[in-house]
Amino acid sequence: MPKIPVNIDGRALEVDVGRTILDVCRENEIEILTMCHFEGIGDVGACRLCLVEIEGINKLLPACTTKVAANQVIKTQTEKLKKYQKITTELLFAERNHICAVCIADGNCELQDLGYKVGMEHVRFPYLFPKCEVDTSHPWYVMDHNRCIMCVRCVRVCSEVEGAHNWGIMNRGFQVRVISDFNTPWGDSTTCTACSKCVNVCPTGALWSKAAVQGQLVKQPQMVSELVAKRKMNL
Amino acid sequence: MKPKKSILDENLSRSDPRVKQIIAKMKKENYRPDALIEILHTAQNSFGFLPMSVLAFVTKELKVPPSRVYSTVTFYHFFSLKSKGEHTCLVCTGTACYVKGAEHILSEIEKDFSLKPGQVSPDNKLGVSTARCIGACGLAPAIVIDEEVHAKVKPEEVKNMILSKIGAQV
Repeated sequence: MPKIPVNIDGRALEVDVGRTILDVCRENEIEILTMCHFEGIGDVGACRLCLVEIEGINKLLPACTTKVAANQVIKTQTEKLKKYQKITTELLFAERNHICAVCIADGNCELQDLGYKVGMEHVRFPYLFPKCEVDTSHPWYVMDHNRCIMCVRCVRVCSEVEGAHNWGIMNRGFQVRVISDFNTPWGDSTTCTACSKCVNVCPTGALWSKAAVQGQLVKQPQMVSELVAKRKMNL
Repeated sequence: MKPKKSILDENLSRSDPRVKQIIAKMKKENYRPDALIEILHTAQNSFGFLPMSVLAFVTKELKVPPSRVYSTVTFYHFFSLKSKGEHTCLVCTGTACYVKGAEHILSEIEKDFSLKPGQVSPDNKLGVSTARCIGACGLAPAIVIDEEVHAKVKPEEVKNMILSKIGAQV
């Protein structure tokens, strides 16, 4: 694999061609915040948390979907980016009805962790408080749209890893919702295999197992990443 | 455990001329899943809108996931899951038309037919909708009744324009 030189945060690195900025940063222990990125499934650049500055490009580009190019000068830790990360996080909270105190994922939530990480003290934007449904029709799992952040990890894991294509997205803008089949109850799905991959990769309390109780929800996202890696190894 | 009853079990008659049109289009496209949009286009043209039974039919025939069909239909403004009515009145609310009083036209329609944008009359005769701009700003305010553009419309004329369309074909 040919190597190319790039400069990230003042460090001169020699990296493989064709890798994403996010991969390179993670490998070199440069911290990049992510939400929709998930090891083992394709990236879509939905959450905009991994935005980086690249010299000569006046737009901020998502690290997860941007490939490194020779002689790029990339900055990942500027004040401007930190400010935007905080705003993005607050907007993620404001878009649905995220109330940690009454959430099953309290203490086990990537969105909550992100809030702490960016130093969010309160949300400066008014909550939209949309009227969202809670789908409890599945025998084992629950989909609570109030806590969904539209990272679409569930949609991707269902189509890319499980191959079931149960989940999809409907509508546009702030009316987008994750749907099962024809926006029909999850329990009536003809495509869902009840494999629980979507539940395990969901970063928030939007997808959870009925067996969990308040504050005791444990997810095993690494299971899915390992599954993808093991399949590639052809053991 | 008995198999789940699903929307996919709903059957359309293959001898229905509207269904025949969809089948012809699917054959022409060789049942390619990526021709989904074109096929839905044909389906909407022959049915006027996309009832769930039609979506189920297309899903089964093309062997695409139901969620993908539903995503596509809800993403594009052109597709509609609800009947748009036998006759449609589209009021342009683009900047020029807005300034020239599109709101008055809409309130006149609401007064005469008790229909707000996006609504269809109970007898399914008339549907009212709005568009951001129909590209006829020089004709502002413009409305489109059954694909026929009417220019520089005065609010008080709208009632008769619509009635003559609906009335003529009742």
